[in-house]
Amino acid sequence: MVNLESPLSGKILEINMEVGQQVNEDDEVIIIEALKMENPVYCPATGVVKEIKVRIGDQVNEGDILAVIE
Amino acid sequence: MELFQEVILRTGFLALTWGQLVMWAVGFTLIYLAIRKGFEPLLLLPIGFGILLANIPLTPLMTPGSGLIWRFYHYGLEWEVIPPLIFLGLGAMTDFGPMIANPKTLLLGAAAQVGVYFTFFLALLLKFTVPQAAVIGIIGGADGPTTIYLASKLAPEMMGVCAVAAYSYMAMVPLIQPPVMKLLTTEAERKIVMKSLRPVSKLEKIFFPVVALFVICLIVPDAAPLMAMFMMGNLFRESGVVARLSNAAQNELMNIVTIFLGVSVGATMPAATVLQPKVIFVFILGCAAFMLATATGVLFAKFMNLFLKEKINPLIGAAGVSAVPMAARVVAKLGSEANRKNYLLMHAMGPNVAGVIGTAVAAGMFISVLAK
Repeated sequence: MVNLESPLSGKILEINMEVGQQVNEDDEVIIIEALKMENPVYCPATGVVKEIKVRIGDQVNEGDILAVIE
Repeated sequence: MELFQEVILRTGFLALTWGQLVMWAVGFTLIYLAIRKGFEPLLLLPIGFGILLANIPLTPLMTPGSGLIWRFYHYGLEWEVIPPLIFLGLGAMTDFGPMIANPKTLLLGAAAQVGVYFTFFLALLLKFTVPQAAVIGIIGGADGPTTIYLASKLAPEMMGVCAVAAYSYMAMVPLIQPPVMKLLTTEAERKIVMKSLRPVSKLEKIFFPVVALFVICLIVPDAAPLMAMFMMGNLFRESGVVARLSNAAQNELMNIVTIFLGVSVGATMPAATVLQPKVIFVFILGCAAFMLATATGVLFAKFMNLFLKEKINPLIGAAGVSAVPMAARVVAKLGSEANRKNYLLMHAMGPNVAGVIGTAVAAGMFISVLAK
């Protein structure tokens, strides 16, 4: 199990994965908006999405767990 | 027949000069850039319109003592009211968190101001007067309101041109900074990932503006008007109990003063003042100032790395100019180009907000030495 942690604080703009979906390392799975800039967040490992802990529009801080990959 | 002649002579057509036509072209260009290209439209649109107003012959708009726009200019800018009010709004918009979390970045905000002083001396070499050279140098900080404030104190005749230069270069941050930043850093340095920022408590954020105000004003008393408003705005924001005042400072008040700022600054540019060969040097030196400020920021970050165990990414030094948050965005973009898992945005906000303070302090120093 690998946690996908937020690399910076901002607002969740897009989530490009669903629970149960197969994802590959370095896929662009989430986009976080900070200071009007879109920051892509890359998947840390290849596997299946076990849980997504955030929703579009959520405010997150650096280090928050966004999703769990199995 | 005589009456007819009289009417003709009272129209503006006969009084129109070539210079004024050139300034119409300048005004229309700024308006075009604002509307079609989205270049700093909130400022360039009213400034462009102000230029048009200042160059319509025989109109009483800028007549000292009675003109409508002259009154905006006199009470807003000569009385030094508008730039500090803009700083009130900027303070309410600024999050000092990233800087408090990593106070070293304060040094980067100061280092970028070295570019300001370099340009000051360059301008002196080109036979600008000492106060004029100071105003040209401050363009390097890429801070519109500070440039206007300093010009109103030292060299009002330079205000319009220097303001347009400062705002144009702010719009061109993504074009001007990257070549300088790439030239001065290696691929490996741009790849440096910085360790995460520590969380900053509410108490720290409340204390910061008050403590910073006292420290800055005791060292450079002439920076007080800008800093007082900036830190009060920030206290509004961080206190959390006056959301209405914080919002008013950021939105309504800011928008209102921006209208009067833009049109008044534009109206300081009648053809006779602006169309001089020297003006072209203002733009060249302004651009040089901005590139030098970027360079000194990056170089100082590299210098700091000689002593630091936890290396910083030298790109964030470029955010020491006060174009917030444009400079920080450029840093983040270059960082992710070198290493796509590199997120420098928040790390760059530290030097970026420090740069706002740095430029205002640099202006305060010029005022304390040069103002009569």
